[in-house]
Amino acid sequence: MNDIMRPATEWELKSMIMALAERAIPVEILGAGSKRGIGRPVMAPVALTTGAMRGISLYEPAELVMSARAGTPLSQIEVELASHGQMLPFEPVDLGPALGTDAGLQTIGAVFAANLSGSRRIAAGAARDYLLGVRGVNGRAEIFKSGGRVMKNVTGYDVARGLAGSWGTLAVLSEVTFKVLPLPDDVATLVYPDLTDDLAIELMSTAMTQPYEVSGTAHLSPTLVRRLRHKGLSKETRSLTAIRLENFTRSITYRKQKLRELLAAYGAPLELELESSLEFWSEVRRLSFFPANGTHLWRISTTPSTAAALVSAVRRHMRVEAFYDWSGGLVWLETPASADAGSADIRRAVATHGGHAMLIRADEAVRRTVEVFQPLGPAVDRITRGIKTAFDPMRLLNPGRMYATL
Amino acid sequence: MRFACFRVAFRPLFGYVHPRLLMAQPLDEEPGERTSEMSSIALPLPDPDIVTQRDQIVRDLVAICGADAVISDEDGRRAFETDALTAYRRMPLAVVLPTSTEDVAAVLKYAKANRIRIMPRGAGTSLCGGALPLEDAIVVGISKMNRVLEIDFHDRFARVEAGITNLAISATVAPEGFFYAPDPSSQLACTLAGNLAMNSGGAHCLKYGVTTNNVLGVKMVTMDGEILEIGGAHLDSEGYDLLALIVGSEGQFGIITEATVRILRAAEGARPMMIGFESSAKAGICVARIIASGIIPVAIEFMDKPAIEVCEAFAKAGYPTNVDALLIIEVEGSEQEIADRLAYIASIAHELNPLALVVSASEEQSAKIWKGRKSAFGALGRIADYYCMDGTIPLAHLPHVLEQITEICSRYGLGVANIFHAGDGNLHPLVMYDANKPGDNDKAEAAGAEILTLCVSVGGCLSGEHGIGIEKRDLMRAQFTDEDLAVQLRIKSVFDPDWLLNCGQVFPLDAVEAAMAEAAAAPPEAAEPGPAEAA
Repeated sequence: MNDIMRPATEWELKSMIMALAERAIPVEILGAGSKRGIGRPVMAPVALTTGAMRGISLYEPAELVMSARAGTPLSQIEVELASHGQMLPFEPVDLGPALGTDAGLQTIGAVFAANLSGSRRIAAGAARDYLLGVRGVNGRAEIFKSGGRVMKNVTGYDVARGLAGSWGTLAVLSEVTFKVLPLPDDVATLVYPDLTDDLAIELMSTAMTQPYEVSGTAHLSPTLVRRLRHKGLSKETRSLTAIRLENFTRSITYRKQKLRELLAAYGAPLELELESSLEFWSEVRRLSFFPANGTHLWRISTTPSTAAALVSAVRRHMRVEAFYDWSGGLVWLETPASADAGSADIRRAVATHGGHAMLIRADEAVRRTVEVFQPLGPAVDRITRGIKTAFDPMRLLNPGRMYATL
Repeated sequence: MRFACFRVAFRPLFGYVHPRLLMAQPLDEEPGERTSEMSSIALPLPDPDIVTQRDQIVRDLVAICGADAVISDEDGRRAFETDALTAYRRMPLAVVLPTSTEDVAAVLKYAKANRIRIMPRGAGTSLCGGALPLEDAIVVGISKMNRVLEIDFHDRFARVEAGITNLAISATVAPEGFFYAPDPSSQLACTLAGNLAMNSGGAHCLKYGVTTNNVLGVKMVTMDGEILEIGGAHLDSEGYDLLALIVGSEGQFGIITEATVRILRAAEGARPMMIGFESSAKAGICVARIIASGIIPVAIEFMDKPAIEVCEAFAKAGYPTNVDALLIIEVEGSEQEIADRLAYIASIAHELNPLALVVSASEEQSAKIWKGRKSAFGALGRIADYYCMDGTIPLAHLPHVLEQITEICSRYGLGVANIFHAGDGNLHPLVMYDANKPGDNDKAEAAGAEILTLCVSVGGCLSGEHGIGIEKRDLMRAQFTDEDLAVQLRIKSVFDPDWLLNCGQVFPLDAVEAAMAEAAAAPPEAAEPGPAEAA
């Protein structure tokens, strides 16, 4: 991989895609490259990064909207938002540490192209829910836009949102426009120790079904807890189940008390105040307890009520460490190194219990042989390939990254 | 270049659908048609071959779905000839009201085999002609499929048949303190299917989002009669986010028969306040300051003086009538939280010297305040015919846009009342006209088009929540380039390469022709790459 193309403008991007299209040369699409190890290996002689297209092009705090060129580092965006007391509500996860790179590298374009959301997703929605508009160039070297900069927009099909999670296989984003929200005034976390997976999910779901706007629920196995670097929790050796409240201080005080009473049967919680909460959820967001240690890492979306059974089913075949996010609806599963990353057993468990699984961390050799993304049924597969053809008929953009035939 | 989905499908069609679109004429130029004044939007002409086979088609539909599900007599069909954009009417070929997904699939498979157009229909409350049939189309209405299939409070979802009304979902889960968030004004009548097709919003989406943010999965029948399951009770998509594309596709990709939606636990309480200002500009500043302060109310609704007067006369909501602009702002939480937040908002408003500031003191007063707002369209309908617009603008342009709207309407000699969701910039100017006055309808349409073009020119869009339908179809180029449109049209062709579903809607007809020509000109597809090649 010697050549990396670095368009600085949308026009340059278009010209480069056009040149590649004329010669039928496939291309790997990158932001900062921090998620390059995710997906099936892309076999392309050249790569193109959006990294030179950077900068915030519009920010209206009073309208809760920002536009940025796709290669703008997420860190730059979050600093700018924080300086106006705002944030990205979907709390994008940072897979850097889990993939063995530094944290804080990813670009805003890649955040939306991968649609990876963090803990607040359960209350606030996913990255795609905040994506209002995109500009980009498809595999036909056409510059196009979809959506816009306003909150409510049903003008034409929702192509912008449809591109979220397409991992650069349909178009290269040049600019994204997204909704932002105010940062909460205060944060507090109730942490319940020593619950089984079943009880933890019951507790998290009970918390989510109260009128107290719980904004994050997470359950970590004892092994994962021992890997925490959090100052206040570093001596813990039991499982921990965390319930986050974000609001005005007076509201938090009131709601915390209500939740304590309601959840009294689950034991006495530890309580993390503002700083301590931020530290804990920052670790969760960086998945710092899944260091690149030679194991595999899976991301499984299912319903909370089936999550524990799903994990148990996998555990019958291999040793696993589980982190449950989204009140159990998202399971991050560390599995031992093996030729298929535990794929057969995990896919079977997901087929039984519902949802989908994606292999996040594995060697290139493994990712070449097992499906990384959830295999699609025949009908959806046919439509998926039709969509690919509509955007990128020559299969130039990230060929094979999601599925072999895509 | 390969266009897998187009090649096979379009070649036989070329010279068949294509000329129909080319010949598209205004409704009132057709002999023997019931004419309408408000008729400047061209519609595809019916295929005479299909129309002459009507009796056989009806017999076939009865054989597929049973006589109970088929409406073929003229009086029966008349109920389906229009929607809430009543100026446009077309008598459909036949109406089918299936009771199962399998029946929907059988009807679509039959229609596809016989190249008959299909018009999906929910409750027919579309304000943009989204359910307007064609004379050679079978209306497939799913209002009989309205059952609740599964409710899971633990996992916070409801699985329902898509013909259920919006409000019925909330009503079903309300005893447990839950609700379904999107709340369009027509929620008593409109179906979830229609909400999904149009990606409907409502007054409370400032906090809770619109339909696309609250749906987890759908069961959809494609034009091939294939039943697709997209998403489910879990979150996020495993591959491409097809759900994102389907929601808001205005029924052009398939007919949704079931959906899994997010249900939310309702807040402990909610209460509105009213703040009146002497100018819309000040009201706009107030909204911006509230949002910038870090409070996101559940709803911020705006009414101008004509709207206030009409609604007050109708609902006796207690609106201040000495103001030029009124904000209705609702917050949620416990008693104390509500009091805290309303006080905070009041302190922001006080800096702008409001002419009126009233916090609701009781449940009854809150209900009245909302009743006035939600009955605005009906109340205005008692004193004038009106044309309801739906543009969205960046909030900073509010004063300028409101001035321009007044200017545009007065230029046409028409009145206008403004009611809208201020928190997210979604305007509903109600352009008033007299349907009995010759030429007034055309003026209203022309003024509406200017207003929407204005919204786009300041960075907004043609439609915030009502959809494009036929009404705004020919304005799409104000917002999109030909390449932007081509990207969308190709997706339509993936789902429905023959363009049988909901034909004549959403896109300018000549853009559709161009898409068909592109597909027809596509070279044959290369051999399907195997996994080895891709790896």
